[in-house]
Amino acid sequence: MNSFELTYRALAAKTGPMQGSSVHIAAGKRRSQRRRVTAAMMAMGSALAIGGCVSVSAPDKPIVIELNINIKQDVVYRLAGDVAKTIDDNPGAF
Amino acid sequence: MTVQFPRKSGRIALQSAAVFALAALAVPALGQARDPAYEAARAAGQVGELVDGYLGFPSSPTAEVRRVADAVNITRRKIYTQRALTQHSTVEEYAFTTACRLILKTAPGEKYQAPDGTWHTRTAGEAPSRDPKCIAADALPG
Repeated sequence: MNSFELTYRALAAKTGPMQGSSVHIAAGKRRSQRRRVTAAMMAMGSALAIGGCVSVSAPDKPIVIELNINIKQDVVYRLAGDVAKTIDDNPGAF
Repeated sequence: MTVQFPRKSGRIALQSAAVFALAALAVPALGQARDPAYEAARAAGQVGELVDGYLGFPSSPTAEVRRVADAVNITRRKIYTQRALTQHSTVEEYAFTTACRLILKTAPGEKYQAPDGTWHTRTAGEAPSRDPKCIAADALPG
């Protein structure tokens, strides 16, 4: 779905698949683009008006990024036996 | 060993005893015993088990604690890389699976990292908070 259809859902629902005119769609696109720009300008303006210096400070706790989400459970199962043996064989490191 | 024994079983017993004795002498060099500084840091909660299979610091470490953890982590990385190669997995997968078991093996009072990244202290009689995939690491296949 293009952004025109997303913005004007009711109209898109009523219009058949090949029936919207390109002029119509283009005009709608321009309208929604203008609205986007206007919204952005208003947001910026209000930010400046509030007196807008934004301070960015690092959180005092370290940021932890979880890297394990892609590891599959069947891989864990397959490695379990060798991992148990490895831990037993190398007590100094574990 | 060329000591003569009347029975073969006696000879084998002596030879294996000799091998064990030599192995015991070589214990620290092979990394078969934990460095006492590592033991102390672990018991004091200055180092803890991370979910990725390495040691982390629940609180800001001293230089000595950092040295201890770095030494252990380097050894672990070497082990994970070797084993992952033979087991046809990535180093991260092997390390993660090892972490599952290591966190389960933490003694009460030691620190480990929960799946949400926060540090927990292991309490007696309570299962540690682990990634759900870790259950697969507990069942020994075969």
